[in-house]
Amino acid sequence: MKYHSQKIALAYFVTAMALFLVQVSVGLLLGWIYVAPNTLSDILPFNIARMLHTNSLIVWLLTGFFGAAYFIIPEEAEREIHSEKLAYIQLAILVLGTAGVVVTYVFDLFNGNFLLGKEGREFLEQPLWVKLGIVVAALIFLYNVSMTVLAGRKTAITNVLLIGLWGIALLFLFALYNPSNLSLDKMFWWYVVHLWVEGVWELVMASILAYLMLKLTGVDREIVEKWLYVIVGTALFSGILGTGHHYYWIGTPAYWQWIGSIFSALEVVPFFLMMVFSFVMVWKGRRDHPNKAALLWSLGTTTLAFFGAGVWGFMHTLHGVNYYTHGTQITAAHGHLAFFGAYVSLNLAIFTYAFPILWNRDPYNQVLNMASFWLMAGGMAFMTFVLTFAGTIQTHLQRVMGQYYMDVQDQLSLFYYMRFGAGLAVVLGAILFIYAVLVPRREVIEPGPAVQTAAE
Amino acid sequence: MTRDKADTQLMDGGGGKDRDADDLGDEDWGVLGELPGDLMMWVLIVSEFLVFGAALIAFLGVRITDPAGFAADQALLDRTAGAANTIVLVTSGLCAALAVRARDTEARRQARYWLYAACLLGLVFLTVKGFEYWSKACLGIGIDTSQFFTFYYLITGFHAAHVVAGIVLLTLVSFRDSRRNMETVAAFWHMVDLVWVLLFPIIYVLG
Repeated sequence: MKYHSQKIALAYFVTAMALFLVQVSVGLLLGWIYVAPNTLSDILPFNIARMLHTNSLIVWLLTGFFGAAYFIIPEEAEREIHSEKLAYIQLAILVLGTAGVVVTYVFDLFNGNFLLGKEGREFLEQPLWVKLGIVVAALIFLYNVSMTVLAGRKTAITNVLLIGLWGIALLFLFALYNPSNLSLDKMFWWYVVHLWVEGVWELVMASILAYLMLKLTGVDREIVEKWLYVIVGTALFSGILGTGHHYYWIGTPAYWQWIGSIFSALEVVPFFLMMVFSFVMVWKGRRDHPNKAALLWSLGTTTLAFFGAGVWGFMHTLHGVNYYTHGTQITAAHGHLAFFGAYVSLNLAIFTYAFPILWNRDPYNQVLNMASFWLMAGGMAFMTFVLTFAGTIQTHLQRVMGQYYMDVQDQLSLFYYMRFGAGLAVVLGAILFIYAVLVPRREVIEPGPAVQTAAE
Repeated sequence: MTRDKADTQLMDGGGGKDRDADDLGDEDWGVLGELPGDLMMWVLIVSEFLVFGAALIAFLGVRITDPAGFAADQALLDRTAGAANTIVLVTSGLCAALAVRARDTEARRQARYWLYAACLLGLVFLTVKGFEYWSKACLGIGIDTSQFFTFYYLITGFHAAHVVAGIVLLTLVSFRDSRRNMETVAAFWHMVDLVWVLLFPIIYVLG
């Protein structure tokens, strides 16, 4: 660790992993509710558990991004973070807000109160006080990292990272606007939800990935930066008007069907480029970095993001297809692999790279960490496949044949059992990952001696 | 790679004389490094062609489902205005090309005048286009009138937005007139040209 203030990242990463555990545990519970729908229906209804699942996902991914920024920026800017104290205050606000959200959701406190009660919107249902807290935390963060970068060395990686993080904060302001007209509500709601994950988050992803490639493969910075610019250019070109693929059936004018279809079809391009980028860098790289697990996660995130966000997204993004598949298990399949591939794996990649440095230990527990990759990636791939099959059948029975929703759900139960099993593998993988980066102090399996041999 | 090309790359690589500070350089991009202007402009140009290409293919695809309706709507378009605009825009492209050529010979003032000529013709294009939209509006035709007009307004509207952006960029590089800037913006302007040359026959003429 070159800079003392990089240590801030440790607190953020540990918080993120705690929420990660909450997220996947609640996910497993939800998977079980699909199998046995009356489970906990009085105490923790499905919609509340789902809110916890999605909210904790977003919050831990953002916490991971913040931590990653605190880890990366000192090294890139070649100076300490402007204020360590502010960084910890920011984390405290985020933790308080998260705890407030969980308590408010679970016990349905202050129902209907404009400041304290939940707002009832999907994904943006946080009480107003929490939203304001998030804005304050974001302002502290932006002040802190911007001051650091402005005073230090400016690189393409920090520039793109900062633009992404500023974008996250500015777009979140739309969460404060809650019109009573449902069409308008949904329209502005996507300004946050879509323009985050298919816009500015991709900038954050590309810059963190560029940093990892720079460190792990030793390829020249100039080459990494060129790729970064091209990836970011295509992400914004396709992603911004790609928002239109959410405007097919919410009461917005029909021309959105074509704008959304055409631009969102191109959203696969940046994800494809990120995958090619990571493999080309590893191919060209001359550095044999000892942290093989971080490399595995880096390659894993681009590959799984390409399939989850790119391929599975394209599968149902054209409005002629989406007319039938909208809101079926196809969407769930896409959502799970896209988030896991793009943003969960990316966070776990930077965690895997950073933890040995933050602990000041050699790269260790590589084997356990890599096992957790295959367990989680395998489980998530299996879940994606069974949900895709379930969604295909659901689309046909419900949307083509016109059967009733609940009758169709009964016929999908086999897939829901299999999804629960896949979810269990993911939860076990998550626990193994957290154990692997936090606990063991030395390698579990001794690596063999490095021997130079000619290819056979 | 031939010896000549390798030599050129050596000279151009690493931010040579006529490269700007914001230049991304062109080492390791192989043949892509030899494109005029900034590489990011070419990424944009390819993206634009994908979008306009997909839109025109979708237009042709939907037309198959309603040939009679599309033909009736197409008859309402002003082909003369469209053809005139084709001449205007292609001539404007020529002006941009002449600007780059003048800049190559260090005739910077002349280059600037060619850029203004290109801008002016761009404005003529927009004026004609504005008349077309206005006359449609007088007939009560809008973007939701029919599938044909949805495509008409989306595609020509996106294109017109690019003409506006192009005029702004051409004006900007008349002030910041490095050779590379001029090449970059001229490439954009030719893309706007080319898109029109493709969309005019498909939307206005093809029966």
